[in-house]
Amino acid sequence: MTTVDTVTGAAKTMVLNMGPQHPSTHGVLRILLELDGETVVKAVPDLGYLHTGIEKSCEDKTYSQVITLTDRMDYLNPLGNNLVYCMAVEKLLGLEVPRRAQYIRVLMVELQRISSHLVWLGTHAIDLGAMSVFLYCFREREEILKIFEMFSGQRMMTSYIRIGGLALDPPAGWRQAVQKFLNMMPARVDEYETLLTQNPIWIGRTKGVGYISPEDAIALSMTGPTLRAAGVAYDNRKVFPYSSYEEFNFDVPTRRESDCYARYLVRVAEMRESLKIVKQAMEKITDEGPIKAEAPGIIPPQREKMKTEMEALIYHFKIFTEGFSPQPGEAFVAVESPRGELGCFVASDGSPKPLRVHFRPPSFINLQALPKLIEGQLIADVIACIGTIDIILGEVDR
Amino acid sequence: MTESSSQKASVVVECLRSWSPQAVSEVIEFRGETTVVVSRNLLRAVAERCHADSKLQFNLLSDATCLDRYPVEPRFELNYQLVSIPRRDRVRLQVRLSGQDPVVDSLVPVWPGANWLEREIFDLFGIRFSGHPDLRRILLPDDWEGYPLRRDYPVEGFRDVPSSGDLFKKSSML
Repeated sequence: MTTVDTVTGAAKTMVLNMGPQHPSTHGVLRILLELDGETVVKAVPDLGYLHTGIEKSCEDKTYSQVITLTDRMDYLNPLGNNLVYCMAVEKLLGLEVPRRAQYIRVLMVELQRISSHLVWLGTHAIDLGAMSVFLYCFREREEILKIFEMFSGQRMMTSYIRIGGLALDPPAGWRQAVQKFLNMMPARVDEYETLLTQNPIWIGRTKGVGYISPEDAIALSMTGPTLRAAGVAYDNRKVFPYSSYEEFNFDVPTRRESDCYARYLVRVAEMRESLKIVKQAMEKITDEGPIKAEAPGIIPPQREKMKTEMEALIYHFKIFTEGFSPQPGEAFVAVESPRGELGCFVASDGSPKPLRVHFRPPSFINLQALPKLIEGQLIADVIACIGTIDIILGEVDR
Repeated sequence: MTESSSQKASVVVECLRSWSPQAVSEVIEFRGETTVVVSRNLLRAVAERCHADSKLQFNLLSDATCLDRYPVEPRFELNYQLVSIPRRDRVRLQVRLSGQDPVVDSLVPVWPGANWLEREIFDLFGIRFSGHPDLRRILLPDDWEGYPLRRDYPVEGFRDVPSSGDLFKKSSML
């Protein structure tokens, strides 16, 4: 059990246990707060309540079986987790993914980014007392989840992105569904902004709260909207483009104030940028074309081929009984998740099961800066600061 | 591998070699990624160099993780993923540690962000970081025995799982 050594040791401070079952901790996070009146003197986060040993489980599965586990880490960004893991294994194998599959991946991941930011906005607003924003955000998120269900058959744990490509071809009528969403969404983002951006209570609760300097943010390895709100334009999609992002035209929103309000503005601007990317991706995706790489023995063959070709049947049997074995080596891939730099490190020893799978969870590392954000602030601001980092405890604890 | 990434990789290696000939003990190139293997006692110095050198400027520690090659010795490989935001570059530092003496200098003085990453490695692999300000378990309870991500730790854990028959017996006794 984590305990807190009080800074002053004097009787005037009090130690308060916040969580692990506090509604604003978005999961099960416990924070020990040393308070002087209403001011936080020291904060010690205590994690691990959701630790399920996903990285250990990965070592006991074949490369393809791991994909379903990645869905369950950051449950607001399952497609992003699929993508980073599949890209790491593809790098290990030296596999090139068809352009069309890369565009569809971008489309899905950007829709996922919007849906994740919607959940963040809704829950962050509800933590700070704005109830109605939550209802609006979840209304639009539902539309995105319907698109995911259309593509993959699942609303949340999609496992849609597979090693070497995608699970399925886009369904009939997907263009109309995405276009309908694109037509609707810009006005809806404006609607959230009318509720919050000029709202005096919202500004009072967020402006000037939770400041961190850009130097401290980089030193503490912070990434994502929290770093960009401090004026550092570090976005993996621009700095180290992957999955054909170099062909897309979009901006990286940054602010200089580095407070909760700036992070809110950055995330709202990111939603608008993601809409731009989705629109461009729709234009790039052709109606015909491959969605999987050509790699017999690694990518499962098509059903029709299995019924006419003996080799296809043998490969199918071998892939699903023993898996495939990449050559020994290590690969690290990083993508931009809604929360920051999501990395995946995969090591192979030449056997069909990975030697090691490690994820660089952005919210775990961003959470490290929480004491820096809240020490010296009021206890009411702790809730604003936890919300503004956008932590997902499933990913923090894995 | 593209031309530019191999050139960038050689910049890192040359820069470290010109600073100290022993700094780099091995360079591994695989799928366009550069891994610089460093000996254990030079890790802190090399990390400081990577961080401070104006030609390198690795200001962000992206990730740190461990890999267990049990039963091969040296069994542990620590991997640090460094990012240079101004130079748009990545490199991986690697240190190999034996199973008898898994101790290495902490990098928290260089990148404060290494704090929780090293705590996680300590928690799951049992590697000790000398000079770490707060080396406690982070994900597992403080009284947990063993280090679960080591390869000689079974996936199901060490505890005795009662058979379903035993479970039934206990519940009927209650």
